[in-house]
Amino acid sequence: MTSTYKIVIVGSGPAGLSAATHAAQHGLTHVLLERAPHLNDTIFKYQKRKHVMATPEFLPLRSELAFKEASREDLIESWTGTTDTLKVNVRFGVEVTAITGEKGNFTVTLANGETLSAEFVVLAIGVQGNLNKLRILGADLPLVQYQLDDPDEYQGEEIVVIGTGDAGLENALALAVNNRVSLVNRVADFPRAKGGNVALIEAAIKRGDIEHLVNCEPKQIEPGVLLVETADGAARVQCNRIIARIGALPPRKFVESCGVVFPNDSPTAFPVLSDTYESTVPGLYVVGALTGYPLIKHCLNQGYEVIEYILGNVIAPADEPLLQAKLDRAGVKMTVAELVNATQQRVSLFRSLTALQIREFLIHSEIHAAPVDSVVVRRGEYSNSLFAILDGEVGIQVDQDDPSDLVNLGPGEFFGEMALISGRRRSNTIVATAPSLLLEVDRNIMIRLVRSELHVRQAIDDAAVARQISTFLGTQVPSKIMSEVLATTLVLEFKPNESLIDEGGLDDAVFLIRKGSVTVSVRLGGRDVVLAYLPAGNYVGEMALITRRPRSATVRAVIATEAIRIDGRSFRALLDHDMELRRTIEEKLGKRLTELQKVRMHAQETSAVEFFMRHGLGEATDVLVIDESLCVRCDNCEKACAELHHGVSRLNREAGPTFDMMHLPTSCRHCEDPHCMKECPPDAIHRAPNGEVWIDDQCIGCGNCERNCPYGVIHMAAVPPEKPGLLKWLLFGWGSGPGEDKSPQGLAKRTGSKHAVKCDMCKDIAGGPACVRACPTGAAIRIDPINIMDSIRQGHR
Amino acid sequence: MRSADATEAPLPGHRHESFLIHSQFRYAKAAVLLVVAAIVVYLLDQPYGTGYGGSWAGYTLGTVGALLILWLTWFGYQKRNYATIRERLAALLSAHVYLGLALLVVATLHTGFHFGWNVHTLAYALMCIVIASGLFGVYAYARFPRLMTDNRAGMTMQQMLGRIASLGDELRLAALPLDEATAAVVERATATTVIGGSVRRQLSGRLAGCTTEAALAYLDRRDADKPPGSEEAWLRVRVLLDEKALLLARVRRDISFKAIMDVWLYLHVPLAFMLLAALFAHIISVFFLW
Repeated sequence: MTSTYKIVIVGSGPAGLSAATHAAQHGLTHVLLERAPHLNDTIFKYQKRKHVMATPEFLPLRSELAFKEASREDLIESWTGTTDTLKVNVRFGVEVTAITGEKGNFTVTLANGETLSAEFVVLAIGVQGNLNKLRILGADLPLVQYQLDDPDEYQGEEIVVIGTGDAGLENALALAVNNRVSLVNRVADFPRAKGGNVALIEAAIKRGDIEHLVNCEPKQIEPGVLLVETADGAARVQCNRIIARIGALPPRKFVESCGVVFPNDSPTAFPVLSDTYESTVPGLYVVGALTGYPLIKHCLNQGYEVIEYILGNVIAPADEPLLQAKLDRAGVKMTVAELVNATQQRVSLFRSLTALQIREFLIHSEIHAAPVDSVVVRRGEYSNSLFAILDGEVGIQVDQDDPSDLVNLGPGEFFGEMALISGRRRSNTIVATAPSLLLEVDRNIMIRLVRSELHVRQAIDDAAVARQISTFLGTQVPSKIMSEVLATTLVLEFKPNESLIDEGGLDDAVFLIRKGSVTVSVRLGGRDVVLAYLPAGNYVGEMALITRRPRSATVRAVIATEAIRIDGRSFRALLDHDMELRRTIEEKLGKRLTELQKVRMHAQETSAVEFFMRHGLGEATDVLVIDESLCVRCDNCEKACAELHHGVSRLNREAGPTFDMMHLPTSCRHCEDPHCMKECPPDAIHRAPNGEVWIDDQCIGCGNCERNCPYGVIHMAAVPPEKPGLLKWLLFGWGSGPGEDKSPQGLAKRTGSKHAVKCDMCKDIAGGPACVRACPTGAAIRIDPINIMDSIRQGHR
Repeated sequence: MRSADATEAPLPGHRHESFLIHSQFRYAKAAVLLVVAAIVVYLLDQPYGTGYGGSWAGYTLGTVGALLILWLTWFGYQKRNYATIRERLAALLSAHVYLGLALLVVATLHTGFHFGWNVHTLAYALMCIVIASGLFGVYAYARFPRLMTDNRAGMTMQQMLGRIASLGDELRLAALPLDEATAAVVERATATTVIGGSVRRQLSGRLAGCTTEAALAYLDRRDADKPPGSEEAWLRVRVLLDEKALLLARVRRDISFKAIMDVWLYLHVPLAFMLLAALFAHIISVFFLW
């Protein structure tokens, strides 16, 4: 028997369910096919009581299904209610095995042999139906599971968790409460998980709640035992349950069998779709996670829109007014479609993205119409966005002393990738040389793109390497030599304390530091003496190149560092071709040799450099330093900070290390690549143009940043009640006086939710940092660490 | 888009600079100028050496002096009104110190060296005490910070107190094998540890009858006749007591430094208010009751 429908919707996740409710609302004949015995399997399988966020907040919701921040249980209840009210025709427990036919006459075959006939098919199967499985012997034994519904179901078991992504870590943490949990890790750290989860798991491992099996590869499963291969050989891990959380991929095989085309062979690729979600098979639509949109709100909107498109209604996507407003604000006469088109067609960097992906990142981007001679980015300024040129031309000022010395970039090219990679200040000023249309893409979005799109990462990397080499080595390197050098360069990553160059070594490579920072040190009297501290943007190793002698010093990464390694021979070829370049390099070399001499004479001074390096100044951009020979311990700095920041001080004057009268209080260093910014769910932490890292009102108080900060400068605090004015305290003794009221009564009076507070360098207060201004004796200064190094070297503070 | 005219505001203080040498002694120079001007005014006045309050020079010097006193007292408000500190508070303190010193000259010339048992000389005397206490403050601010840091040897007060507390537990354990009399002395040293206390005790930085010192002295006395076989435990207790005594001395010294750096303010500020009262009495009596 064949039933006939106008629309068959496959999958009842947020997208499919939203499509079905909207079809029901329109009174269309439809059926919603769900493999599981309940609606919305993905959300159903969330850990019990999981809190579901309704991001992105600014995007309007279009769906019959209500959606705001709620628990998993409330969400399921609300959606089930709507489905019942609208009389959606759902069939549970049916699996689709084939979709054939064409627009107006599709045949959907089910696993039980039944066929359905449909004019249109909406595929909303997501990616969770295609969980990666272990590919080892015994992977199908009953003790292996790929899902964890309720961690409280298990008590007192020996459980092995395989997979160190967020799902694996969350499961391990939840299970460790009542069970003995071992975590199998192929490597020794957690590169694929959110920082917040990593901090929690590391703490649990340290406490002994979870056993962490590092460098460990699962080999075989037998009843009650997991066989693993470790660095020390084979081992047996006893367990009565194995939970494998090793990701999910688009169910490509099935989708391709329906005739849908994918753009490339990458296992992470999503199907080719039109602006209306129509696949390469006319009449067959794809919505939901399978389009590359993972957020629930997107999925709900797509479900609604796809029904409108099928009905032939032209409706603008939900984000259309937002994008149009951006264009209007910039004063650009253009439609959104034209903008999307221009972005995709003109900028090669974004060519591989779908129109949907482009719309998504345009939401997080700014559009600028830059008149001739306007400054687009300024040298020394902090901003970490990437610019793409849609139209016009800009010039990079490569020579600080001669602003007219420009390297021009035209339509389709992009710039700003250096600041994106290193998180440091802009290295050059860039001006518009013609009326230009520029797209400024937010750093977080760009980083997400770089992580998920191989093509984007490659393009950014290539451009950055080429540009960095030419910026550091000379104004204009002949392209022939450049390509020769490029062919022999490698981008290498170094862990903290790992050496790039070893003293006495005979290699002859040059390293351009593109991220992180390094120290240059020599062995003197049996200990390492640091000669210099070099942040991203510097290069090391050229000395051995010219003198052709063993390395005179050791170069070590201070923090996680990325460097471009240029082969010695091609570098020499570069120098032979360019006498001017040779002179610049030799000049720098001479300076370095004098410095070396000086340091050998004043070995004492360098231990100050070591001290500052040890305490994180390698990644700081601005740090509070107190000269204890001037500090009278009046704590006026703390009081001023509290007075100007809602009664809560963001610095602790007494805490922190001291070396030779130089004291580093516990106060934000405004790191070049801020640890706190990494895992902020509402994206509430920002970097201002002058480098200040600050937290806005969006903070939800989750504490991720507090856990992620290695310097302990962020804490969670509730705002204290208002105090009477200063004169009332001075004359009549009302209130607790200036500064933070830390008395037990004062603390008790603080109510309301706690939020993360940290130093914002008084960016909104005229006159600069209050701690520095309020210091009566001149003991407190805020300074760029590079200047500290200089002043140590010059012998004054 | 960042506009082309965005200026980079220079942040105050990129180098450590004491309030005493602020801006290459800008306020010291201003104070010297003021003193020179005051002397010139005084010398120009006729008849030389006889003129005081009542002459035109006397009024000039008196007005300048009174305004200076008002402004100097206002410092207490300024230093706490953080939103309005324009440049750096160190600049204000620099001016406070040097102009305060200049006040001594201005006011002395204003007296014309006429003193007596009256409200006028009372105001002058109070002013001198305030300035003297301020001078002591300058001395304390210049000298003690460095001594405090040296004394702490890289530890914070919190750390030192924490270590002292844990030393107590370690001492109790270490004293277990000792004979009863010695154990009792050690127990007293752990049970009663006095830090701080009265003003005098805080200022002196020492404690007569410190139980830890007493225990050390006791060990010294008994050193020759310590029970055989307990040498190791004896030594262990001795080392722990030494560390505790050292930390206690540091903590007490730290408290003493802090106390000295604070105590002069208890003269400086209340006397400044008394000075204000005396000053008003002086002015009112001169203009209305003379």
